[in-house]
Amino acid sequence: MSIFQYVVLKINGEDRPVMIRSADTLLEVLRNELGLTGSKPGCLNGDCGACTVIVDGKPMKSCLMLGVEGTGKEITTIEGLQGTAIQQAFVEYFAFQCGYCTPGYIMNCQSLIENEPKATDEKISEWLKSNICRCTGYEEIETAIKSVLRESNSKDRPISRESEMD
Amino acid sequence: MTNIGKSVIRKEALDKVTGRAKYTADFPSGEMLHGKSVISHYGHGTIKSIDVMEAKKEPGVRAIITGKQYPLTGEEIRDRPPIAFEKIRFHGEVVALVVADTPAIAKRAASLINVVVDPLPVVNSPSEGVSKDAPLVHDNVAEYEREEGVHPVPKTNIANHTKIRKGDMASGWAKSEIVIEENFSFPPSDHIPMETRSATAEIRPDGKVLITTSSQAPFMVKELLSQYFDLEVGKIIVKTPLVGGGYGGKASVQQEILAYLGSLAVEGRTVRMINEREEDMITSPCHMGLDAKVKLGCTADGYLQATELTYLVDSGAYSDKAIHLSRACAVDCTGPYFIENIWCDSYAVYTNHPYPAPYRGFSHAEVHFVFERAMDILARKLNMDPLELRYKNAIKPGHTTPTQVKLNRSTVGDVPMCIEKVKQLSRWEEGQLIELNERTVRAKGLACVWKNSTIPPESSSGAIITFNEDGTMNLMSGVVEIGTATKTVLAQILAERFRMSVNDIYVKMTVDTQSTPEHWKTVASRGTLMGGRAVLAAAEDAIRQIKEVASCVMKVRTDDLEIGNRRVFLREDPKEGLDFRDVVYGYTFPEGNAIGGQIIGRGNYILRNITYLDPETGAGNPGPEWAVGAQVVEVEFDRRDYTYKIIKAISVLDVGRVLNYKGALGQVTGAMSMGLGFGGRESFVIDDKARVLNPQLRTYRPVHFGEHPEYIVEFIETPHIDSPFGARGVGEQGLLGMPAALGNSLSLAAGVELHHLPLLPESIWRKKEGLNT
Repeated sequence: MSIFQYVVLKINGEDRPVMIRSADTLLEVLRNELGLTGSKPGCLNGDCGACTVIVDGKPMKSCLMLGVEGTGKEITTIEGLQGTAIQQAFVEYFAFQCGYCTPGYIMNCQSLIENEPKATDEKISEWLKSNICRCTGYEEIETAIKSVLRESNSKDRPISRESEMD
Repeated sequence: MTNIGKSVIRKEALDKVTGRAKYTADFPSGEMLHGKSVISHYGHGTIKSIDVMEAKKEPGVRAIITGKQYPLTGEEIRDRPPIAFEKIRFHGEVVALVVADTPAIAKRAASLINVVVDPLPVVNSPSEGVSKDAPLVHDNVAEYEREEGVHPVPKTNIANHTKIRKGDMASGWAKSEIVIEENFSFPPSDHIPMETRSATAEIRPDGKVLITTSSQAPFMVKELLSQYFDLEVGKIIVKTPLVGGGYGGKASVQQEILAYLGSLAVEGRTVRMINEREEDMITSPCHMGLDAKVKLGCTADGYLQATELTYLVDSGAYSDKAIHLSRACAVDCTGPYFIENIWCDSYAVYTNHPYPAPYRGFSHAEVHFVFERAMDILARKLNMDPLELRYKNAIKPGHTTPTQVKLNRSTVGDVPMCIEKVKQLSRWEEGQLIELNERTVRAKGLACVWKNSTIPPESSSGAIITFNEDGTMNLMSGVVEIGTATKTVLAQILAERFRMSVNDIYVKMTVDTQSTPEHWKTVASRGTLMGGRAVLAAAEDAIRQIKEVASCVMKVRTDDLEIGNRRVFLREDPKEGLDFRDVVYGYTFPEGNAIGGQIIGRGNYILRNITYLDPETGAGNPGPEWAVGAQVVEVEFDRRDYTYKIIKAISVLDVGRVLNYKGALGQVTGAMSMGLGFGGRESFVIDDKARVLNPQLRTYRPVHFGEHPEYIVEFIETPHIDSPFGARGVGEQGLLGMPAALGNSLSLAAGVELHHLPLLPESIWRKKEGLNT
């Protein structure tokens, strides 16, 4: 029996047929089989969050999940995220430097925004401490996520971003 | 000024937030093979046998190599076999390399290789390394090939000795009414870039060697591979795309050598190496440990008179950059103070630990922890405010440094002003120690910092600018984009010189040693000075060419012409002129004949008047300028359980000139975060057999979101005259005083002098209770 199997994964809204080993993690499938290299390996151990994707609406470290477990699930990677408020906020508030942890961080933030639109500071910390950023001191990431949450919570009375820019 | 100081968004921003930014391991693999190292699980031992029979049987294994036939490597002393041969000298050392069709096959085969080792007694700290009956990590260091200016001590574990002899020690001690003597230490740790190192190598039939690597030093990879393996240097082509964090760690050349040897073993086919996190921490170079002794004396009114310092840099099993790191410890061996009489011995000492790469700050945060803790202890003995002690002794223009450089207003930043400002921002006057309740206290600790670079005198940087048909420009520099946004800052500098929008400048992100001019290494906070000066030179070159074409067309002298907004025009009447689009690709006259051609500007820069250090006194000019600063850390400390929270961290840095405000701010707070991690909890836990017990991010924890304090950063601007717009280094400075300031605040809070990093609650408790540390 072949150690490879044929599966169809639903990634970024597209059905992606792929031959994978049972032992391949979702991260390996994304990067090596599908060329979706936005998800980054950092520890292969669930400690750093650089490989975070969204699976059925929840953030998931793709190094901690097998590719075969992805069948029948909706998977979103950074490549599937375009023009979102959090991406814009990361740019505006300088919330990254080397950019390596950024896709994972953004996926986690996006999931937080969707799941916990009224997140308190504690809730934000609880979610975002699962990713490591080694370049920033986290303040910029904090400003970025809070700006998006605040804006989406005050749609009637949008806060001008200008006032926070220098 | 329209571009300088503005928070210009980095050029590669959109790629980075959309997952399109490509790092070394992101390029498609195609016909690639995969390398996997077998690493040592012993700290020290003799290799009895390496059994590869089972591994060879695995289908898909293409080669298995061991260390036998390869030349020794190492930057200043050739002491390191790229793959261990006969002896293992540290936990994590590469013992064999498997090359296979897939990463999974390579890993399985590697796990089937059986290495039998006869353990040897270990050297587990640099202090042990210099003790009388220490085992020798290398039989005779003096027999290895080495660069000039390296001073090993034969048949010892000392790979290098740097001396500072300034003034007259006897008279210094005679004038010292108060003297302290203290010992400090910390174990090795790691940089933890989120991108682990990766490298691919391919050898073409004509002998071309193609390397792609996540390096801060692609030009050094080329140079060293050429030297180590006797290759024609022009045949080695090294590419570096975006790098996912470096902090010094990726300035060492290590994994590229393995990828090259792997490729050599499979007839030149492409071989990719990607470090797992564990390998990135212990197999590839780490951050140095240090044992230090300081004796410091001053008059009764607090004027420093003499200091005697011993630095034992944990060089690990191989000297590589430790030689240079130990030299840098000597160059700026004190804090930023004027002291007439200085005696310093700095040694790189072999141990059986992973060996160090540069680490953000290049020995300065390490030296500052020692010296700035000593300053606080001295202040306590004097019964003087530690801020006042520092203010009194701050080094200023006219003073001389430990290497006897006489400073001027350009070569050193304004230390007193940094102290005054940090005093105000930290509300120093409200008191250093405030009791919140019977359990909790708040305490502030201060550290002053300075840093020069010690890169080789002949290091240079180059830049090329080419024009597009529409008058926009392309900028190529050898500076690697490691996250510091230096490439964007270089574009700002170019835009400013051309008086045009930075949006009209395109930046080549990937460095390719065949087509990008050299920048020695992207290290030492010198990208902006050296790369910036090269860009300015290239701009002058291009402007001269543009004016020559325009002068011919307009029938005016070149020196009557100006440039701005993508036009060249008459100074007296700016309406008279030509658009760049009509000039930069050659000017075509109405008759059809043309002059000029694509304008290509080139420029380079080499540091000025840098000298080697005198081997007996250390006298010499190590680098172009000292950036300085003053930093405060404020903690809330629980006296019952010894836990603490870092509430605030403040930096006042003299950066000469802010070129990109938010970019500079991010560099500083990011460096502060890293420094607090280094001081607070990051270290290898090493057992008595010299094995690293925590090489993974669950047990070695960098600062996480939510653990960050409030950061307050203020910039002072005392220009460095040689630098573009006066800018000083800023990439490392935020880190330098953090471990010391944290140590000072916690020593005050706990009421006990703390001498060792990391500052864990348990170690504070042990010190307080007088238990073994």
